Amino acid sequence: MTLTVETTGLKVQLQLADGWFTVCDLSLLVPGRGVAALLPDGRQVALFRDRADRLYAVDNRDPFTGAAVLSRGLTGTHRGRPFVASPLLKQRFDLGTGQCLDDTSVRVAAYEVRAL
Amino acid sequence: MSATPPATPTIVLVGHGMVGQRFLEALAERGLTATHRVVVLCEEPRPAYDRVQLTSYFSGRTPEDLSLTDPGFLADHGIELHLGDPAETIDRAARTVTARSGLTVGYDVLVLATGSYPFVPPVPHKDATGCFVYRTVEDLLAIEEYARTRAATGAVVGGGLLGLEAAGALKGLGLNAHIVEFAPRLMPVQVDDGGGTALLRTIEGMGLTVHTGVGTQEIVVDATGAVTGMKLSDGSELATDLVVFSAGVRPRDQLARAAGLTVGERGGIAVDERCRTVSDPHVFAIGECALASDGRVYGLVAPGYEQAETAAAAIAGDASSFTGADLSTKLKLLGVDVASFGDAHGTAEGCLDVVYSDSRAGLYKKLVIGRDGTLLGGILVGDAEAYGTLRALTGSVPPVSPESLVLPAGADAGDRLGPSALPDEAIICSCHNVSKGTIRGAVTEHRCTTVPEVKKCTRAGTGCGSCVKVLGQLVDAELEASGIEVDKGLCGCFSQTREELYEIVRALRITSYQELLDRHGREDARGGDGCEVCKPAVGSVIASLAPAIGASGYVLDGEQAALQDTNDHFLANLQKNGSYSVVPRIPGGEIAPEKLIVIGEIARDFGLYTKITGGQRIDMFGARVEQLPSIWARLVDAGFESGHAYGKALRTVKSCVGSTWCRYGVQDSVRMAIDLELRYRGLRSPHKLKSAVSGCARECAEAQSKDFGVIATANGWNLYVGGNGGAAPRHADLLAQDLSDAELVRLIDRFLMFYIRTADRLERTSTWLERIPGGLEHVRDVVVHDALGICDELEKLMRAHVANYRDEWAETVNDPEKLARFVSFVNAPDTPDPVVSFVPERDQIKPDLPLLAIGLRPADDVLEGSAQR
Repeated sequence: MTLTVETTGLKVQLQLADGWFTVCDLSLLVPGRGVAALLPDGRQVALFRDRADRLYAVDNRDPFTGAAVLSRGLTGTHRGRPFVASPLLKQRFDLGTGQCLDDTSVRVAAYEVRAL
Repeated sequence: MSATPPATPTIVLVGHGMVGQRFLEALAERGLTATHRVVVLCEEPRPAYDRVQLTSYFSGRTPEDLSLTDPGFLADHGIELHLGDPAETIDRAARTVTARSGLTVGYDVLVLATGSYPFVPPVPHKDATGCFVYRTVEDLLAIEEYARTRAATGAVVGGGLLGLEAAGALKGLGLNAHIVEFAPRLMPVQVDDGGGTALLRTIEGMGLTVHTGVGTQEIVVDATGAVTGMKLSDGSELATDLVVFSAGVRPRDQLARAAGLTVGERGGIAVDERCRTVSDPHVFAIGECALASDGRVYGLVAPGYEQAETAAAAIAGDASSFTGADLSTKLKLLGVDVASFGDAHGTAEGCLDVVYSDSRAGLYKKLVIGRDGTLLGGILVGDAEAYGTLRALTGSVPPVSPESLVLPAGADAGDRLGPSALPDEAIICSCHNVSKGTIRGAVTEHRCTTVPEVKKCTRAGTGCGSCVKVLGQLVDAELEASGIEVDKGLCGCFSQTREELYEIVRALRITSYQELLDRHGREDARGGDGCEVCKPAVGSVIASLAPAIGASGYVLDGEQAALQDTNDHFLANLQKNGSYSVVPRIPGGEIAPEKLIVIGEIARDFGLYTKITGGQRIDMFGARVEQLPSIWARLVDAGFESGHAYGKALRTVKSCVGSTWCRYGVQDSVRMAIDLELRYRGLRSPHKLKSAVSGCARECAEAQSKDFGVIATANGWNLYVGGNGGAAPRHADLLAQDLSDAELVRLIDRFLMFYIRTADRLERTSTWLERIPGGLEHVRDVVVHDALGICDELEKLMRAHVANYRDEWAETVNDPEKLARFVSFVNAPDTPDPVVSFVPERDQIKPDLPLLAIGLRPADDVLEGSAQR
């Protein structure tokens, strides 16, 4: 979701099966970095904010190592697409789709996210 | 052993030196190793090594580094090498060779590559204890041992090429070195009086004492028969503890003489143009033992290589001949460039000299020009930059005026002649006889785009290395001409190299990554989010330059926080299960018991796994991200600060206990290590930096495997740079010797800042030294001799770093906003990450690894591609 207007007091929300789930204040997200969030069912999500204040969310677990660390990776733009690189072995994942850019057979879950 | 000629034809090679090895390679290239049995008899206890580079042992190269023999090569080609077993007799009638061990081998072809022996003038007591020659690794080890235990002063008899090398070696061993040369000048064969004068000034300036125009009459010994001095022909006596004879070499032809082969009047096994002995068609001789068909014995390696090729061709039945060779040489003796080529002494009739001489700068350049303007030869002392081009032009009329070829750069803005002016036939690498055309072909036909690739493809530049500079220019010119663009850019976002970005950041005082990307990034990357390659690289450049460009020196401040790799972002080292390890700084590896106890208590209270690191520190593993602030609050409280184990920054300066405790120590290595570690702590660099200080030459701190290593001497400190352990070990090179504390620190300041300025991203000092044009010599010119005039600036940058250093963990534990980032979950800060769990092992913990599940499909309740582009 793109929300670039007024960011103070906004909450970051994730869409889950049973509706929008409020995670935190938008102000807790530093542009260019991620944070991890815990879902009610125990899953983990990595949330990112880019320099244009667009938000992204993918599963936090790095499928290559099993560690829940994608939120701590560096983000970037590859051919116009936003990505995060795993901080462990550096595989990159498209933040919009969860598709691994370095191994087409691997993909992590992507979530719809908004600031409201 | 059997003496009957075997069924497979046999080639026996006597001697496994540089030329012998090259002969074996030539046999293999021609397929002769497949059709012949090849037996090698070698006198020395080690296979062929690079004798030309012998002196580099004193700048840290080991005998193993000098080896020219790839261990797989002999085995792959079925070559039988007998080390330490020299040939003793040849029976030409029976066609057998018998070695010292009694081994007798029948041959169809015998190749003698026995080399030469050092000439020792027949003076009284020439064999006294403390008299040496300088020819083999064993000679060198013996000199080293004697110098260490029994000598403070050493004299070299002979001021030629090898004599100067030997004098450099003695100086490297910390001796007062003297050179005694009978001729009125140094290097009488290669240079003329003018060149000798320039050389003398420079060499004396290095603290060596030179005695020219005097001969050695007698070695003076004490009651035990050990050297105490030498009597010279001018009646004076020179006190010395050690003498090295380096007054030339003579061909080793005794084996051939005894076998009745023809030898020259002044020695050397007489051979024809195919390198076959004139007496016996079954016997060849190559290298320094051979008297070539032009009546000369060649003492240089390049002609020897050519003879090796010629002999192999002759054995294979191919046409090839050796009728004489170019005696051009380019050397770096004691750090001074000396080159001579062609008719260096102007012996041709009617030839004229063009001379440029600057005694103050130790420069001397002479070109010998024929009547018709042909370049016949020349001598270069102090600056042999133009050697590659000039040698290749020899024999032709240069396209520009001769004087413009010797004038220093800048004196005449007019014609500077580059290698592009050379014809295709010009030989660029004379060691391997590689022409300019072949090098161009490597680029155009074999698609080489870098100097290392061209070296591998053509072998050019892999001999003495003097042509590497010209090689680089040719490769660049050829790439440009063929329109091949080599993208040297840092990543998909920047077309500049890290070095170029450093200069942009420094000159324009850019403190923001986004500004740099939007103004200087590639067109299609501007306005984007960059990538995982350039963000930390630029973050590091900004951090290195922070005080100079007015950026915050704190890596978690503002935008800088978004640029850091996870390790720098959490100021700890991420481990495989998502937990972190913590390394407090323990400068020099020295730690008081109270502080040790604090570390133990913290590790116990947080349940951390502890391990001693290779850098003399203690690593605590298994910390959860949310525990880092409380662990560090206690560490900071106890007086610890960040060890930067997570950063591309100075890690540790390891030390031995030094003169304070050790009976061998000559300096206080612990104090120096602590001083250095505290000076350079927190310095962000292209890659991690490791260092060590050893208190004596025993080198217990392993300083020669570090980016910068310091070894104590009786007179101060020796500084080594560019060492590395790990997967690509490299011995550090000696940068400077016998430095005072202040000189040492100043040189390291300059070295580190020059590295930070010019290295590529993630390029350790070892690879950087190998890559940058000019290598170690260039770095020495820049940081020791200030050839670029930038040392003031480099020192200023380091002073600013030192003055602005703050402990980033102390800063972080006192900043609630930064501490808020150290949480497991943004919406459940106190819930530990359930994936991070541990199981016991050997009384400590280890990660309990989660099952890997590659290829997870998205869960049903999740929308794909939900975020905006």
